Amino acid sequence: MSLSGKAAIAGIGATEFSKESGRSELQLSVEAVQHALADCGLTAADVDGLTTFTMDTSSEIAVARELGIPELRFFSRINYGGGAACATVQQAAMAVATGVADVVVCYRGFNERSESRFGQFSLAAATQVNTNGLDNAWTYPMGLGTPAATVAMQARRYMHEYGATSEDFGRVAVADRRHAATNPAAFFYGKPITLEDHQASRMIVDPLHLLDCCQESDGAVALVVTSAERARDLAQKPAYITAAAQGSGADQFVMTSYYRADIGIPEMGVVGRELWRQSGLVPDDMRMGILYDHFTPYVLMQLEELGFCGRGEAPGFIADGAIEVDGKFPLNTHGGQLGEAYIHGMNGIAEAVRQVRGTSVNPVDGVEHLVVTAGTGVPTSGLILSA
Amino acid sequence: MTAAVVRPMIGRDSRFFWDGTALGELRIQRCNACGDLRFPPGPACPSCGALDRGHVVAAGTGTVFSYVVHRHPPVPGKELPIVIALIDLDEGVRMVGEVLDVDPEEIEIGMRLRVDFDRIDDELTLPVWRRA
Repeated sequence: MSLSGKAAIAGIGATEFSKESGRSELQLSVEAVQHALADCGLTAADVDGLTTFTMDTSSEIAVARELGIPELRFFSRINYGGGAACATVQQAAMAVATGVADVVVCYRGFNERSESRFGQFSLAAATQVNTNGLDNAWTYPMGLGTPAATVAMQARRYMHEYGATSEDFGRVAVADRRHAATNPAAFFYGKPITLEDHQASRMIVDPLHLLDCCQESDGAVALVVTSAERARDLAQKPAYITAAAQGSGADQFVMTSYYRADIGIPEMGVVGRELWRQSGLVPDDMRMGILYDHFTPYVLMQLEELGFCGRGEAPGFIADGAIEVDGKFPLNTHGGQLGEAYIHGMNGIAEAVRQVRGTSVNPVDGVEHLVVTAGTGVPTSGLILSA
Repeated sequence: MTAAVVRPMIGRDSRFFWDGTALGELRIQRCNACGDLRFPPGPACPSCGALDRGHVVAAGTGTVFSYVVHRHPPVPGKELPIVIALIDLDEGVRMVGEVLDVDPEEIEIGMRLRVDFDRIDDELTLPVWRRA
């Protein structure tokens, strides 16, 4: 059997995105799930599956208790930080397609600015008692231990190999901030930037400027997944899950896959090949994309790994506003994680659903199919959603 | 300095490396069956599957494959900025290391480096790198 087209995202919900939510991470997730259920006209009594990130601090049973979900028949978690985002939807789709569950809600909620800051040097990551902690022994004690630094190492090599420049990275930030500027839910609503602003922003980890980096955020997002058939009877236009894939490459590490001959992000190539195989579609069939953008350089590398352009060709591909809402291949029309908020990729999936519905604040005409990706530099995942 | 240096998690499969740095040796895991060198180390040989492993002592020289200059946010035990490089060792493996005596404006891909050892205390000696 094929997973393609068997399930759909029927409902989306979110809290506000802020720097200090003022309430617990569990409450944020519960609110997002309530909004997502209300969005599609279901209730907690309809839910029989929950899935989230391994990193999430709110267990499926805690969320189920707060919501009054009577019974759960399916619950699961996906590892590797933001790489889990699209895989939570894959989990839900597989459960629904096989009849293991009828309605599965994917959620992610955190106080990632006001409580546990992801952008800081994480002693917890360096001291975790598992193989990830042992892997981090080869980087953290040497001083390499922030997400920005791990990405900067890849970015510097990419610049060296292909002649990419900081301005090429900056064009991603400019596009995202243009989209965020018209999105009232975004941190940077009403605050577009220019390439000059990007270049003038302070260096965080050379070659990454401040405006190459997303902002730590508080908030939650939830997605309701059910069968395609059931979704058609609910309140919103379904976003059909045409493909859902995970990917891990050879000699894979979390954020520090530095030991391959060619560094880069081949794990996203694994995701891409599986998306095209499952869907029978090709990159040219995608009207637009939501590509994970916690840092700008990986957006360029993703375009290459997914087959939208050749290796080293992304700087040319994104030039001249090509990835802006009126360009040939718009990206991250909600403002991305650089402009809207960093909710570990889940807010991007919600935007993809809005584009299918035609309710995005930056609508793109004729979105029949679009591609969505999860965290980069880690084992990751992706989706093709369709109208 | 903002705090103590970050200490590595050390397990059965990586102990030999840290025992080596304490002696002033940069050790690379070597498969006793097929001879493949490997970094970071692990319990099995991905090339041939053998579990029987030893190590060689690296010459301690290598070439910068990539690098960063870390300016923000703070790093425990470090005064910023720091230069951190990915170094291709002459033996053919790659590792991350702090580069101590090269200015942020001078570091570049292709630069030759030589290992040195920073003895933190009786329990930990970190490999660090200097201009060759």
